[in-house]
Amino acid sequence: MVNTKDVTMDQARLEARELARTASAQAIDFRRRPRLGETIIQALLFICAAISILTTVGIVYVLVRDALLFFKLEEVTLWKFFTETMWAPQIGAVGILPLLSATLITSLIAMLVALPLGLGAAIYLSEYASQRVRGLLKPILEILAGVPTVVYGYFALTFMTPVLQALFGRDTVQVYNMASAGLVMGIMILPLVASMSEDALAAVPSQLREGAYGLGATRFETAVRVVLPAALSGILAAFIVAMSRAVGETMIVALAAGAGPALTFNPFQAAETMTGHIARITSGDISYGSIQYDSVFAIGLALFVMTLILNIISGSIVRRFREVYD
Amino acid sequence: MNDPTPKSAQPSIGYLPQGFEIERNIAARRLQGTLWRNLFVSSLLIGILALLVLIGTIVNDAFGYVALANKVDPANLASQPLKELSKEELVAILQANISQGLFRRLENDQPFTERSQENVLELVYERVVQQQVIESYDLWESLTQREAIEQELTSQNPKAKLEFRSWLNWGFLSRSMASKAEFSGVRNALLGSLWMIAITVVVAFPLGVGAALYLEEYSSGSRISRMIETNINNLAGVPSIIYGMLGLAIFVRALGFFTSGSFLGLSDSNGRTIISAALTMALLILPLIIINAREAIRAVPLSLRQASYGLGATKWQTIWHHVLPQALPGILTGTILGISRAMGETAPLIVVGAATYIVTDPSSIFSKFTALPIQIYYWASQPQEEFRRVAAAAIIVLLIALLSLNTVAIVLRNRFRRSL
Amino acid sequence: MSLHSANEGKYAIEARNMSIYYGTFRAVKQVNLAIERQKITALIGPSGCGKSTVLRSFNRMNDLVASARVEGEILFHGQNLYAPSVDAVEVRRRIGMVFQKPNPFPKSIYENIAFGPRVNGWKGSKSEMDELVERSLRGAALWDEVKDKLHESGLALSGGQQQRLCIARALAVQPEVILMDEPCSALDPISTLKVEELMMELRKDYTIIIVTHSMQQASRASDNTAFFLMDPEDRAGTLIEYGPTNELFMAPKDKRTEEYITGRFG
Ligand SMILES: Nc1ncnc2c1ncn2[C@@H]1O[C@H](COP(=O)(O)OP(=O)(O)O)[C@@H](O)[C@H]1O
Ligand SMILES: [Mg+2]
Repeated sequence: MVNTKDVTMDQARLEARELARTASAQAIDFRRRPRLGETIIQALLFICAAISILTTVGIVYVLVRDALLFFKLEEVTLWKFFTETMWAPQIGAVGILPLLSATLITSLIAMLVALPLGLGAAIYLSEYASQRVRGLLKPILEILAGVPTVVYGYFALTFMTPVLQALFGRDTVQVYNMASAGLVMGIMILPLVASMSEDALAAVPSQLREGAYGLGATRFETAVRVVLPAALSGILAAFIVAMSRAVGETMIVALAAGAGPALTFNPFQAAETMTGHIARITSGDISYGSIQYDSVFAIGLALFVMTLILNIISGSIVRRFREVYD
Repeated sequence: MNDPTPKSAQPSIGYLPQGFEIERNIAARRLQGTLWRNLFVSSLLIGILALLVLIGTIVNDAFGYVALANKVDPANLASQPLKELSKEELVAILQANISQGLFRRLENDQPFTERSQENVLELVYERVVQQQVIESYDLWESLTQREAIEQELTSQNPKAKLEFRSWLNWGFLSRSMASKAEFSGVRNALLGSLWMIAITVVVAFPLGVGAALYLEEYSSGSRISRMIETNINNLAGVPSIIYGMLGLAIFVRALGFFTSGSFLGLSDSNGRTIISAALTMALLILPLIIINAREAIRAVPLSLRQASYGLGATKWQTIWHHVLPQALPGILTGTILGISRAMGETAPLIVVGAATYIVTDPSSIFSKFTALPIQIYYWASQPQEEFRRVAAAAIIVLLIALLSLNTVAIVLRNRFRRSL
Repeated sequence: MSLHSANEGKYAIEARNMSIYYGTFRAVKQVNLAIERQKITALIGPSGCGKSTVLRSFNRMNDLVASARVEGEILFHGQNLYAPSVDAVEVRRRIGMVFQKPNPFPKSIYENIAFGPRVNGWKGSKSEMDELVERSLRGAALWDEVKDKLHESGLALSGGQQQRLCIARALAVQPEVILMDEPCSALDPISTLKVEELMMELRKDYTIIIVTHSMQQASRASDNTAFFLMDPEDRAGTLIEYGPTNELFMAPKDKRTEEYITGRFG
């Protein structure tokens, strides 16, 4: 079938094809070594992304460095830091307990408000409310979540404290007190608990609900005995995030809880939290390198570690939780 | 099946309600269900109620009667009402009635030749007449107990006059800080916030979008991208005050030579400047911007990218001409959320060293500054009732600003949704 | 009013002039259907013709869809299930349901079974509950496979076992009727066979209504068959033919039935 003429024709075609092939091979090569502009852009974008790593490194570096300066001081030891019951670094009292206890007490009060109310609201929104009602009510919660914390601080001071004083007497309730700050902090955190818990409840497949209804369960029994346990890990994650938020919250406690470390378990008394203390000490003209400056970083490090641990726990719970239904 | 008595041969399997017990059982469960439902609704209502009470408290504080009294009767200063005097006459009154030192200081702040008549009039009221708020009432008292207030006032302070005041007024927006609540304004704070936000956005927006692009378009799914992602999620949970400490140690202290402007010879301040605050805020809102921008970029359909590549575009050309324009509304929404966050954050600014008392407008990025939430914090922490009222007025300004920002974000988001 | 009058007729459930709406859309129209007691009744028809809708109206599952509305009567022991005095919770206890996708609760096998009796006011000792769990699992032919791991998660079982667990779970509240909505569509052939055998066993004590898309299953495992089809004009599902399964498959009276069972459409 093949004659000579055709062979030369084929030869030419083959050569042409070969040429095209090498050309396209070159094009591919070209792509593998992109133009300089593209490389520079990619490098710039990488730097942008790396800033977030740098931020973390910066936070850890700054906190650890200055906290170390504090712990290197003769009068400071880790043992004293965690066991002494007084905080006044200028005079050598370096026990974090008063600050820690105030942080925990205000956070606990906030949890007592935010967890039941937030969970209740979430159950209502996810299991009871119609589409329309949900669309109406959720934005209100979002507004509550968007109010700056300093406004909540003002609210604690001008509304909650007088209310507590009216209820329990001015002798019992001090002007600055942990209860007022904690309660208002609970209101602040409520939307967070509600929205995260609602997400967890909504992620429970509707077939489970149908299964329960099909056995003659009421809406309440379905919600509380089937849906809630199925969403438990997600809700737990919400609670932990809420706790971390409460521990790290500054403005409410700075305004309403009191200025001055005090080891007291009476929520109606004033006591300064870790965040409140940092804010107060750094707000003046603090001199760098003083014991006060360094001590604040030690507190900051403790705060950072606490919130980080809480966030990591909740993050891993969320991840495991996601796997269950995927 | 419904035989309640078990057959003797088989072991018992307990007993389900039968007959009329069923009705009783169901009635009890329905009651339980209703009770709990009410509890759930109440939790939500308590949240909503809290919001209403919060707004109520603010409004209650920001409006109401004030009792004004003059230390010096204006009639003794001039025959005409002060308002009708010219600027020069007012300056003369001022010079005659205040100390030389104070006059010179005022001249220094701003020369009288440059001041307006209203401004000088205000000074006369403040320094000479010394019109003072001797008593202020909240809105509730003002509305419900007007007569009692009037009676009390006439018996105790016959010369004082009662006036309904909105603490939020034009003067409040345009005045600088002052040592007395009634002369205080949010001008410096508002300007300070605007300056700071502007720089924050200029820094955080490109960084955030760049990082999101890198993570989504260049390294999606790789190990480094996953590491950065985890890191960003953790950063989003770091308390804001910690960012303040980072800013204090790095921007204020370590880089003080630059952030104070000393390197340009502008060395009248330390590093506690607008630029330090803005950089701190930028780091704070960066995770928020990145997370939102990534979502927006991910939502751009793959087919669009393929079409662009198919035409021979390079990766960056594809991103720049096709991906970014599509993702822009979503990215902007996230940025606005970040801005509202930065607008309301207080703790990092305290730590970085915003000044609470400042009477000059910021003039450059190396100015000392104050910001709206800082003023609210400062005023709310003062013991005098009048400061609480200006705090409430400043809160209204802040909330209105935030509300408008969020409205823009919602509009953008809706447009974004529709275009998808 | 309670649904337990001793009115023992031939029929377990009777739908009279039943139409079902989702909002303004009429999904099912004018169905008259009498389900025989202690028989297996299959509902067949092309998808979207309203089989599930009909089935779910028998135990008021449709109440959960806000827009759903039922017209006509559905009699159970001579009582209209949709009478205002009837509580859907009681209906569902008497008329149990098994779903297309096995949906065990994320709890132990034991707790899966115990859930229904407990919410429905069951009284008894721990050992009586053990007995109830065992008998329900035996009833669903699952006991031998799970008796050693009663306290392991129900989700750890295979798909077929999960579906039988769901059947056992339904048995534990001692219903009279069991509704099954394509219970085998998510199962492999062997598991399907087991569930079919189980249905035959259960027929001795229960009335079973099963929706299936498989005509083999309907002809193999049912006593009566109802054939539904969507009215091409208003897209509403209608009952085309209903009768003993043998007759319907051997000698269909309606041309559309014949076309469907010979696989010419659907
Ligand atoms: N929850 C619902 N809301 C609105 N329409 C529905 C709903 N469920 C089913 N439908 C509609 O009702 C018709 C019958 O559906 P279905 O009963 O599920 O059919 P089948 O089970 O025979 O496939 C379909 O047109 C379907 O779109
Ligand atoms: Mg169906």
